Amino acid sequence: MTRPRMTGPRMTGPDDHHSRPAERNNPRSAVNRLSAEDVTLAYDQRVIAEQLSVEIPDHSFTVIVGPNACGKSTLLRALSRMLRPSRGRVLLDGQVIQSMPAKKVARTLGLLPQSSVAPDGITVADLVGRGRYPHQGVLRQWSAEDERVVRESMARTGVAELADRYVDELSGGQRQRVWIAMALAQQTPLLLLDEPTTYLDIQHQIDVLDLCAELHEEQGRTLVAVLHDLNHAARYATHLIALKGGEVIAQGAPDEVVTAGLVEEVFGLRCQVIDDPETGTPLVVPAARRGRARAGRAAATEVS
Amino acid sequence: MKSAQKTPRGPRALRTPGGLSVRLDPRALIVVVLLAVAALAASVVLIGTGDFPISAGDVVRTLFGDGEPGQEFIVNELRLPRVLVGLLVGASLGLGGALFQAVSRNPLGSPDVLGLGQGATAGALVMIVLFSGSTAQVTVGALVGGLVTGALIYLLAWRRGVHGYRLVLVGIGVSAVATAVNGYLLTKADFVDAARAVVWMTGTLDGRDWKQVRPLLVLAGVLVPLVLAHARGLRMMEMGDDVSHALGVRVERVRLVLMVSAVLLTAAATAAAGPVSFVALTAPQLARRLTRSPGPNLVASLCMGAALLVTADWASQRLFGDGQLPVGVVTGVLGGVYLLWLLVTERKAGRI
Repeated sequence: MTRPRMTGPRMTGPDDHHSRPAERNNPRSAVNRLSAEDVTLAYDQRVIAEQLSVEIPDHSFTVIVGPNACGKSTLLRALSRMLRPSRGRVLLDGQVIQSMPAKKVARTLGLLPQSSVAPDGITVADLVGRGRYPHQGVLRQWSAEDERVVRESMARTGVAELADRYVDELSGGQRQRVWIAMALAQQTPLLLLDEPTTYLDIQHQIDVLDLCAELHEEQGRTLVAVLHDLNHAARYATHLIALKGGEVIAQGAPDEVVTAGLVEEVFGLRCQVIDDPETGTPLVVPAARRGRARAGRAAATEVS
Repeated sequence: MKSAQKTPRGPRALRTPGGLSVRLDPRALIVVVLLAVAALAASVVLIGTGDFPISAGDVVRTLFGDGEPGQEFIVNELRLPRVLVGLLVGASLGLGGALFQAVSRNPLGSPDVLGLGQGATAGALVMIVLFSGSTAQVTVGALVGGLVTGALIYLLAWRRGVHGYRLVLVGIGVSAVATAVNGYLLTKADFVDAARAVVWMTGTLDGRDWKQVRPLLVLAGVLVPLVLAHARGLRMMEMGDDVSHALGVRVERVRLVLMVSAVLLTAAATAAAGPVSFVALTAPQLARRLTRSPGPNLVASLCMGAALLVTADWASQRLFGDGQLPVGVVTGVLGGVYLLWLLVTERKAGRI
């Protein structure tokens, strides 16, 4: 059951003076390009989500957040037709995504999965070039256009000077940028990223997120990312979807969605939400250990 | 145009004004040509080898149709079919091995390790021991054994897609069962059948004629183009199912087509020449190290398999007296030593 709702006003900080490009979320047309309608998602018999409905606003940077095992990666897999819903449907441009030709989908919607294996002994340029696959055919294997797009994708992600290096020689941060370059070379208006910042140090996390924000702002691509860090999500997202137990608990602009009440409901964590001193976006500060322990005991007695 | 000058290695593109383009890796192309030449040269030498030696020049002249009548019979009727079977078996094993290893994303995922050879042997032994079948029946038995084993491995390993390790482990399990069955059949066999079975199991090209060439040729003629048509998808599948799926590859379909082709190629090769060990395992590894390019290296593996098998057959005749040593033993020694040498010399690069 979907119950999109806003949980109370934010505890601290003014509510509406941010100049985030949230207004881009307003869909020009009534129908967004990518949506899930009443989908039930399951692996074999294990049901992850039931009757879940999600709209990805066009030209948004949508971030899906939620606790571990809430179904956020599963939702992303369904949106990218990696997982076929056992009920309901995922629509891309008004068509059921599974019924569309595989390459046509791949020219519209790109996905950077959580785990990707670089083949042994592959160079950066070669790997990025593989992103061109959906644009190629047996008689159109490597056009001048392919070459130009690959060059641009590498330049945009800052890996151009690594073009001739082997991918397995690179650091984790560089490697992630190479994979993003490959996804960019696919030239899809929609790009889905599954935890693109995992395993990166803080500087590289911010690097990757800045890159995503640029792609969204400068090229108008629709980005959907699963992120673990709520503060990153609040800072970079234009549209936030909070999931818990396979249900959408809240969705909307981060300023409206990220509240202490919501964080407690979704993550079970007591916290304060203050203004990010850099950007003015909501910043989640977990309550100190002692405060949380007291609250935990109180909650426990309340339940019993 | 700095970046254009900066890409000295890796694939190049050939483009026509009409917007068509073909991707070429110069090094891979040279390797393929050299291996093909080596396979053909070894074939010519092999045809000239035997109780009645013929010079390479005479062999080529006879093959092109203007040799002496005496040599013509020896070349065209006795030795050419054997060499062609060798080339086809080697090529099938090399290609089949490359496909298996690419699909399982694991060098151990080759038909030798997965038990296809054992399965084919079991089929052949059933025909020999239980039915005392003719040569043709034994060949059919081996073919059926290989196909059943392949299907069994695929079904047991399938669980929301086939994953590399699962495929290898299931294959090793199936291989163990097939080996046990073979052992049982051998102990049940009477002396004559057992001797015949052991000869079959050593893997040899002795006494192969045109009857074996045609089916192999037809099979290769159908399967090689089919496989190559799916090669681009397979190249993407190296990066994992998710990435290739996202790039628009129909992963399960490509995998099924290629696995079935690989099983057919391997089973047919085994039925024709017995379980020649190690070609399917080593040929793709050797080819990859020579081309130094990622990707399944299908054509290079095919040529490498053919060259390896014909060279091994020549070595087994020449170095150990005529036909004394089964070709399977030599492929193991040749391919194994060469692979070890490559691995040792490559160690400083830190790659596997």
